[in-house]
Amino acid sequence: MYATKYHRPSSLDAANAALSGADDGKLLSGGQTLLPTMKQHLAAPSDLIDVRGIEGMTGICMDGDVIVIGAATTHAEVAGNADVQRLCPALASLAGGIGDPAVRHMGTIGGSVANNDPAADYPAGLTALGATVVTNKREIGADDFFTGLFTTALDDDEIITTVRIPATAQAAYIKFRQAASLYALVGVFVAQHASGARVAVTGSGDDGVFRHAEMEAALNGNWNASALDGIAVSSDGLMSDIHGSAAYRANLIKVMAKRAVEAC
Amino acid sequence: MPKDGGIGASTTRREDIRFLTGRGKYTDDITLHGQTYAAFARSDVANGRIKSIDTTAAAAMPGVLTIFTGDDFVEVGGNPAGWLINSRDGSPMKEPKRPVLAHGKVRHVGDAYAAVIAETAEQALDAVAAIEADIEELPAVVDMAAAVAGGELVHDEIETNVCFDWGWIEDNRAATDAAIKAAPHVTTLELINNRLVPNAMEPRASTADYDPGTGDYTLYTTSQNPHLTRLLISAFVLGIPENKLRVIAPDVGGGFGSKIYHYGEEALVLAASKRLGRPVRWTASRTESFLTDAHGRDHVTTIELACEKDGTFIAFRTETMANVGAYLSNFSTATPTFLHGTLMAGNYTVPNVYVNVKAVFTNTAPVDAYRGAGRPEATYSLERVIDKAALELGIDPIELRRKNFIQPDQYPYASAAGLEYDSGNYDAVMDKLEAMMDRSGFAERRKASEAKGMLRGLGVNAYIEACGIAPSNLVGVLGSRVGLYDAATVRVNATGNLSVMVGAHSHGQGHETAFPQVVAEMLGIDPASIEIVHGDTAKIPFGMGTYGSRSLAVCGSAVVRATEKIINKAKKIAAHMLEASDTDIELIDGQFTVAGTDKSVSFGEVALKAYIPHQFPLEDIEPGLEETAFYDPANFTYPSGAYACEVELDPETGNVTVERFAAADDFGNIINPMIVEGQVHGGLAQGIGQAMLEQVVYDDSGQLLTGSYMDYTMPRAANLPFYSVHHASTVCPSNPLGIKGCGEAGAIGSPPAVINAITDAIGNNDLAMPATPQAVWSAIHGNA
Repeated sequence: MYATKYHRPSSLDAANAALSGADDGKLLSGGQTLLPTMKQHLAAPSDLIDVRGIEGMTGICMDGDVIVIGAATTHAEVAGNADVQRLCPALASLAGGIGDPAVRHMGTIGGSVANNDPAADYPAGLTALGATVVTNKREIGADDFFTGLFTTALDDDEIITTVRIPATAQAAYIKFRQAASLYALVGVFVAQHASGARVAVTGSGDDGVFRHAEMEAALNGNWNASALDGIAVSSDGLMSDIHGSAAYRANLIKVMAKRAVEAC
Repeated sequence: MPKDGGIGASTTRREDIRFLTGRGKYTDDITLHGQTYAAFARSDVANGRIKSIDTTAAAAMPGVLTIFTGDDFVEVGGNPAGWLINSRDGSPMKEPKRPVLAHGKVRHVGDAYAAVIAETAEQALDAVAAIEADIEELPAVVDMAAAVAGGELVHDEIETNVCFDWGWIEDNRAATDAAIKAAPHVTTLELINNRLVPNAMEPRASTADYDPGTGDYTLYTTSQNPHLTRLLISAFVLGIPENKLRVIAPDVGGGFGSKIYHYGEEALVLAASKRLGRPVRWTASRTESFLTDAHGRDHVTTIELACEKDGTFIAFRTETMANVGAYLSNFSTATPTFLHGTLMAGNYTVPNVYVNVKAVFTNTAPVDAYRGAGRPEATYSLERVIDKAALELGIDPIELRRKNFIQPDQYPYASAAGLEYDSGNYDAVMDKLEAMMDRSGFAERRKASEAKGMLRGLGVNAYIEACGIAPSNLVGVLGSRVGLYDAATVRVNATGNLSVMVGAHSHGQGHETAFPQVVAEMLGIDPASIEIVHGDTAKIPFGMGTYGSRSLAVCGSAVVRATEKIINKAKKIAAHMLEASDTDIELIDGQFTVAGTDKSVSFGEVALKAYIPHQFPLEDIEPGLEETAFYDPANFTYPSGAYACEVELDPETGNVTVERFAAADDFGNIINPMIVEGQVHGGLAQGIGQAMLEQVVYDDSGQLLTGSYMDYTMPRAANLPFYSVHHASTVCPSNPLGIKGCGEAGAIGSPPAVINAITDAIGNNDLAMPATPQAVWSAIHGNA
């Protein structure tokens, strides 16, 4: 790892100041992606601004039937939170299935969604649950937030503060893991909302997480795995790599979606 | 003394106390006064011409002490291949030089072309990044078939990418061809034995310490065989006299073959320590391990099995391309030939065998022996083509094997591939295996799987391997440039405890527990009073080290011979003490007794007498009680066995779960059954890993796509079943312990059992390792 300057501000203003004063500053939360990347000399930010000490950045609370999760809240906290487990068990299950215990006790929801790894779990959860990402500047709906591989709608100087997730009991997330990394080779999050079904797919899209409109249409009015039987998932726009061809991923998307609906 | 810690006792491993409490002492744990650190500049292209290397900026970096490039080693020797293979036309194999640092060309991603020595490891790495190398990238030679066909060369000076084109046994070629041509049935199968990274838990590390006051060098290094490493450095690479070079292999965290070999980093730190007069340490990162440890396997094979309609085998014929990577690693030429071709008769009374192996240079990391080393490749080819033949002929796969098994009354048995098998009872092992697997209950279990939408399959195999490597006379004829004996010194201390210095190195095998069991059994003393010393050329006799399941069979036999000498001398001392003839002295339970009397002295009293030789018959007996023996085996040993695997798989995803795995092995006599079972478990994990998970992938430009654990799948506990393990025993006649060796069997026998189970489940023989979910799903659905 190359030398870097570490900041631990206690307010958003101080974080902003550190970020704008740095040559090439990076926000640090759980560091589960950024730090290994730096250790391999693949990233060399001049400054690291640790957001975990910012007041109000951690913890989980309810705002009506919306779960509000501080951006620096770890996966383990989300997985173990009683409200999340009761009101949105699929989200607790997703958080409890990220990485391994060490990752879950360091990695955070804000870090995960800001990184938008195409194989990460949270992007599928937030998209299917219709979540809203709240920053120091604005609120961004999940559909608009995840814009491509490792890219989001965030500006360079924008800091995620909370994630607001409408609690949805009728939801499930099933993933098929890539054997080496245990990331999702394909992960499908399904959720039934008053406004309709949402099906979000991670691990597969050339542009990262995406919703599958045809499956959503099939599930609207017939929330049943068999509703997906007739759907042919196209491999267009899906990733192909040494762990899975686009055709194999397309197959898994349908299989995982059906299993997710069955699991609801 | 109680003998319950002797031969046959499942004594817990004494070395585990330090390993499990974090007190093991590995090379990287040894820090010397004034130590400096090396880091290597490694090629990021697979094939390239070095046009210039500018180290000016790097040399000016903080903490940098000195920098080496290939120019610094032009005058020294290359790292040699230990085995000469001749091609079918009689010409010797091609042996391009393997330099300490790349010179002229870089030949694989990770090939080191410069090294920086600095005050800290971080400074050395930072300076490596400042080296400006102008390397012209050339097209990479990656695919073996293309490499054989010609075009771009890995080594320009040898004018071919084929190291050798070997026939075994060449004189049998015509007869085998004729037999296959005339055969009523021929089954053909094309196979890939997938390339693996050894992945020892401890990365390679080396620390060199040159003493300008004495001219002595000490090298601490992760080696399975410190004397062999010293020999290679002294005789071939740096020319340091053996008596001025001490090689210490302290605790070593696993090798699996990859730490047999001498690597350039060892020579570099020695040269650097000489230049600086300070110790120099290098420890590989995991990335360097992936890029530069000698990889394993990587064969492409076509095998044919010719048989009668009733399944009687007539001939096996194979054509194999074996990848040796960019340079010849020390055993790389022996592995695909004499550790592979000689096993191509398997456990069977087949009259005709012919093997053709082309060894091929590519712009990839060197490939060499990895747990099993050639024998897994042989077993996999044989046992898969047999299953395919069984399917084609409509014969039960177990019955087809039984029909062709060598029978117990046929030993010693001269196999059609040139070995003399020593003992075995393959039907008895198979009987046991069928019982262990509850084969009769399989149909019910399959029905239950199908009821929940799953498929279920049962696969078996038989294997034989050649271990106890190896008789020097035989391997000398076959091209080995070294002898493969081993050595032990048994030192009885004055107070009656023992230090036993052995040539074999223990890096997970449990020697420190098992070897004392042998000595304790022979002397009738407490094994706790016996200490094993290994891994230091200054302390131990010249031994050839640990690989090829040889430690107990060869080095253990040397321990037996040395202990016999101890007993003979001790009897003379006891006879003197008891005023009797030494021919009348019996050693029973640690007491030397005059036969037929109650006159006796204890082992401890004899030991004390040896070192306090008052009134000693010096004209007949020297003082002291210390003996050395070198043991060279009369033959290989031939462990054999049969494995069975039962899988359940999800046809919608291709995901396979190993539900049951049974291993029935014949290892001959067993010293410590618990350690043997542990060795089998570890081998099975590696074999199942090869069959289902592990795979090295280089892209067309020679970049390693599986260069970390994010992409290279190591087996995890959740991937593995609970094993059912059984040891049958036919005694090995060719060593005094009657043992055959157990270290590699699990990795040899398990891959075909797993794949045969999966092909049984899906009813389709077209399946390659690793049987990843996608591969299985594709085989079921016919999708690419």
